[in-house]
This record gives sequence, structure tokens and C-alpha cells, in this order.
Amino acid sequence: MKQMERAISILREYSGPEVRIMEVCGTHTHEIFRQGIRGILSPAIHMISGPGCPVCVTGTGYIDEAVWLAEKKGCTILTFGDLVRVPGSEESLQTARAKGAKVRTVYSPQDGEAYAAEHPDEECVFLSVGFETTTPSSCIAVKNAVRDGIGNFSLLTANKTMPMAYEAMKDSTDLFLYPGHVHAITGLSVPRMLADTHQVSGVCAGFTARELVTALAVAVTNFEKGGYFFVNCYPRVVREEGQPEAVRLVDSMMEPCDDLWRGIGRIEGSGMKLRQEYASYDARIRYEIPFMQGRTNSGCRCGQVLQGRIEPGQCPLFGKVCTPEHPSGACMVSSEGACSAYYLYGDHQTLL
Amino acid sequence: MNDTVTLAHGAGGKQTAELIDRVFRKHFQNRYFTSDDASVLPAPAGKMAMTTDGFIVSPAFFPGGNIGKLSVCGTVNDLTCMGAKPLYMTCAFVIEEGFSMEELEQIAASMEQTAAEAGVVLVAGDTKVAGKGQADGCFITTTGIGEILDGVSTSGRFAAPGDAVIVTGDIGRHGTAILLARDDYGIEADVKTDCAPLWNPIHALLREVPGVHVIRDATRGGVGTVLYEIAHEAGVGISLEREKIPVAEEVKGVTGMLGLEPLYLACEGTMVLFVPESLTDSALRVLREQSYTAGAAVIGRVTAENSGRVIMETEIGARTYLPEPGNELLPRIC
Repeated sequence: MKQMERAISILREYSGPEVRIMEVCGTHTHEIFRQGIRGILSPAIHMISGPGCPVCVTGTGYIDEAVWLAEKKGCTILTFGDLVRVPGSEESLQTARAKGAKVRTVYSPQDGEAYAAEHPDEECVFLSVGFETTTPSSCIAVKNAVRDGIGNFSLLTANKTMPMAYEAMKDSTDLFLYPGHVHAITGLSVPRMLADTHQVSGVCAGFTARELVTALAVAVTNFEKGGYFFVNCYPRVVREEGQPEAVRLVDSMMEPCDDLWRGIGRIEGSGMKLRQEYASYDARIRYEIPFMQGRTNSGCRCGQVLQGRIEPGQCPLFGKVCTPEHPSGACMVSSEGACSAYYLYGDHQTLL
Repeated sequence: MNDTVTLAHGAGGKQTAELIDRVFRKHFQNRYFTSDDASVLPAPAGKMAMTTDGFIVSPAFFPGGNIGKLSVCGTVNDLTCMGAKPLYMTCAFVIEEGFSMEELEQIAASMEQTAAEAGVVLVAGDTKVAGKGQADGCFITTTGIGEILDGVSTSGRFAAPGDAVIVTGDIGRHGTAILLARDDYGIEADVKTDCAPLWNPIHALLREVPGVHVIRDATRGGVGTVLYEIAHEAGVGISLEREKIPVAEEVKGVTGMLGLEPLYLACEGTMVLFVPESLTDSALRVLREQSYTAGAAVIGRVTAENSGRVIMETEIGARTYLPEPGNELLPRIC
């Protein structure tokens, strides 16, 4: 308890140079709002909600592909709940479902594979989005399908990796708050390399109130001293080498590809797709999906929000036409999106 | 007699009579339950309260209860919220063809037992059978009449700055139990519904502390939804302290894994009370002596500022909005 109180007072009383801290993980964004952490920060500390919510960075074209599979190919779409409401160019999976498309929410890729096994007469496609933390489960699901001889299961991949994104975002922030669960898998070589050779500082943090305020206090204390640094504030869970088995599994089944990030654009080598030998489990190949560019609502400024260029409230749609009930952009859909967090938990400055 | 309900049981003939005799008359026998078209009842002396509620919970049986117990508790608790002693109830069943007769009897037996505990009499009923696929299992609608205690007057509009916000027990158990019973998530945990008729403990409270401002059943939408409703109705703010909100460890575990807020999960035997500050201690003392409400706790206060809003004081001492409820939470929980 003492440690947490000390961290809180460091954050309240910080009087060093102005510092921008980007949380790159949607779970961090959500917890920071839920705990009201922004409300205790000195005015010199600015939190920026970065691009780390998988739903928020998934492009409109991807939703269009899923809707196309459901409507044109009659596939059963298996997905995490958040994606169902993300607007596509014309339709969301929710509106497609209302018209009769088969869209089922599942809790994990393995559940999706199990569903396919139980429904051999349906063509099942799992919407495989997420970062280093969730990609291994998608690989396991495909591995299980191979093992069980399940021929009616495939992935529509939009899996992404963080290293290239850090690089692409580094001018928007002074330091990164690295997500503990991602680095528990990938290890710490990338954040250390960014600090040592790319002048990008950061701390790696867990997810409880205590872990977050402690990591932020370490971050601003080091920032005030000057220089570039990386500190692992979550050593209980995050080890230097990460989980090599998970990394090896993913590497054996998937390979990097260029990927489109909503609002940011194409980032070279930032995506993952199934390797050639698993091509029959790749929905794009299996169903010969045509290329879909995807269009977004012209007023939606999710892209700039994701890059920390504007606060959600500066978007003309925020809270007016764009609400969690009627989202225009993905950042308002996902509970981990910055717009949704601002809308639901309030801007601490306006709270009495 | 068949072991499942068939369309013939709903046709009004001999088999309907058999069904009523075997299941309903057996369990609902009392001096007002007749073969006539309506029950004839003595009127209460004071003001009456009347309410109706439909139940479509899926699955119909879940840890700690079933749709029958739920359908009695729901109406008993709605009357209780108005400070009304439950007197009479009716129930209407819509049963899907093929529903198990044994389960139907278990449902009726639970209703009998729960009604007896709450001191309410089931005075009339109706049974309809729907074709296979036209209903799901068994749906029940209950209607109740109660007599409001002298000197008691409750309403969401009476919430006033300074009032203590009390929950009568730990929250979110019913919603969690139903979620687990559906087995959509493959999570194993031992969570029972809190489903219970609360007339007896609330009656004890109102006898000693009649000046309670608001009593509200935190069913669909949970405690959080109820608090927002009251904040709007009374034009006040509500300030909660996260650490004081009682949540069972198992519920914390499940909701933590699924990213759900226990404040938005249904309770079926837990109420929210608004009590003037001066009466708070005696209210807590009485509630803690009763079964079903022994875990009563103050979770927050009513404020004049932040009208229409629920504010959460978090464990680090910061303040945020409690996100306003929206969208589909969990369908078919009651």
C-alpha cells in the first residue's frame, strides 16, 4: 500500500518537463480510465491512447471481407463480440446478422474450432484479430483443426505485431507504456533495442491500479533525469526472453506480411498470415476473397485519435453522431477504444 | 399420464383438467383457488399495490433456483419495493409442446414453496401450450397484489442529497449464475443465484425504520442501472466507493475474466435502498439480523451535484463516471 501511495504522490506532484506517455494497449487504456488515473496526474503529464486495441486498428475493408463471406458464401462467422458492431463500408456484422447472416460470438479461437467440429455442414470462419497475445491461440486452433481433420474451419487473419508500430508511432510520444501481457510472450528485446538505438524510452507495466501507477511513477522519474531508458516494472510476469515456445509456434505456422492499420495506413511487416502449407485454413485463399479497399465515414477522425494527434473530444462526431450505441468508428465500439473510454468514464477535467 | 406436455394439454378438454389436477391444483391448493372463472377475494383495508412481470429465463433451471421460484420472487419483490405486503398472486404459463412434465412439476413445487415463505397466496392460474419451436421451454407471467404498510411511502423520486445508498447483499450473482449455466464460455465456477423473496427482511426493516426513501429491486441491468434510473428520476448525483461494493470472490473471478462489470449484472434477491443519513445505522442493524440481507452494506451517498450521474471513487482515490448502461447486456436472464 505504501508503494502505491508514494507512486500516486509522485504523479500528482511531478514538476519536470512536459511528458507525453502513450499507452499502446487497449486494456491499459480501459484500466487507466476505469481507475481514474488521468485524474490524479500532474498537468505536466499527458496520457495518449495509442493504437493497441485490435478492434480499433482493424480496417473497414476487413469487416467488408467478413460480411462478404457471410452473405455471398454463406459462411458462419465466428468472432469476438466487439467486432460485431464495427461499421464496415456498407454494413456491420450486426446488420448482416439481422438480415439472416450467421454470426456467432465465441470466447476464443479454440471455441471456434470446436464449433466447426460440431457443425460439419457449416463453413466456419474465425475472425482472427489481435496482437502477440492472441495470435498463438489462433495458431493452436488451426493446429487442432489439422489434428482433428476438421475441414470446415479457416481463419480470416488480421493479426498484427507491435514492433513496427512502435517505430511508426515514435514521433507522437516521449515514451511508451508497454503492455505486460504482450511482452510476457515476446520478451524485452524490442523495447530495449528501441531505448538503446532509436531514442525511444518506455516502461513495461501490468494491469492493476497499483501496477499502473507504479510504472507511470517510474516512467516520469526517469524522464525527468533525462536520457533514454527502458524499465521492466512487471518482472513478476515479464521475463527477458518471453515465451519462446509461443513465439516458435507462431513462427512455424505464420509469416509476416504488410498490414493496413485503420487510420494509420500500411505498415510494412506489421501483420501475420498463415504460411503456404496452411493455405487451406486461410479464408482469403480458400474463398478467393476479392480485394476490398473499405471506406470510412468521412467525418470520423479515429486515425488521428489512434496516433495521439487529437483527443477524442476534438472529433466533430464525438458524442453527437458517434456514441457507443451508434458508433461511427471502431474507437467508439470497443470497450478498449479511446473514444469509448472517454465517453463512458468522462473527462476528469469536467467531473465535479 | 404422458411424461411430456402435449398440445392436447392446452386444448381445454380432459387432458387439460388432468394437467391442472396433477401439477397446479396439487401445489397451489388454498381456499381461494377454485374451478370458477375468477377468484373472489377480500379487499385489503389500506392502499394497494399491483404489479405484473413476465419470465423467460434460459435455462429454466440454474444453480440455486428455477423459473418458478424466480417468477414468484420477482413479483413478491416488486410489491416489497413499494412497502406492500404481498397478498395474492396469479400465474400464467406458456409451455412449449414436449416440455418435461417432471420439470413442470418441480417448477410448480418451487412456486408453492417460495409463495409460502413470502406469505402470498396463488389464487388463479392459466396454462397455454405452444407448438414445438413457438416458445422456448416454459414462460411464466405472474401478477401480484399487495397491501402497503401504514406510514410507508417509497419512490425513486424521494432520493435526497445526503441519503446513504445501501445494497442488501453482494451483487451480480444471478446474472453470473445464468451466464455460467449457459456454458457459452467454458468457465467452471461455483456461483449460485441470489434469487430470494425479500418481503420478510424488508418488512422487518420497515417496521423499525419506516422512513426509507427508495427501495428498488436490482434485477435486469443490475445495481448500476437502478442507480442511473434513480439519479435521473430524483435529479440527484450518486457517489459510490468501489471498495465498499460487496462482490463475492467467485463472481469477481468470472467477471474479471470476461471483462464484465458486476454492477450491471442482474440480482434477483438483492435490493438497493436509499435511507436518510440519520436512519442508516438502524437500517443496517435490522437488515444484518435477517436472512437474505445479512450482507447489507453502504456503498455510497446521494449528492446534490452531478445530477443524473453516478460517480465512482476508485481504489486510488480518483473519481470517474460509472459508465452509463447501454446496449445488450445479457439476454433472457429473467
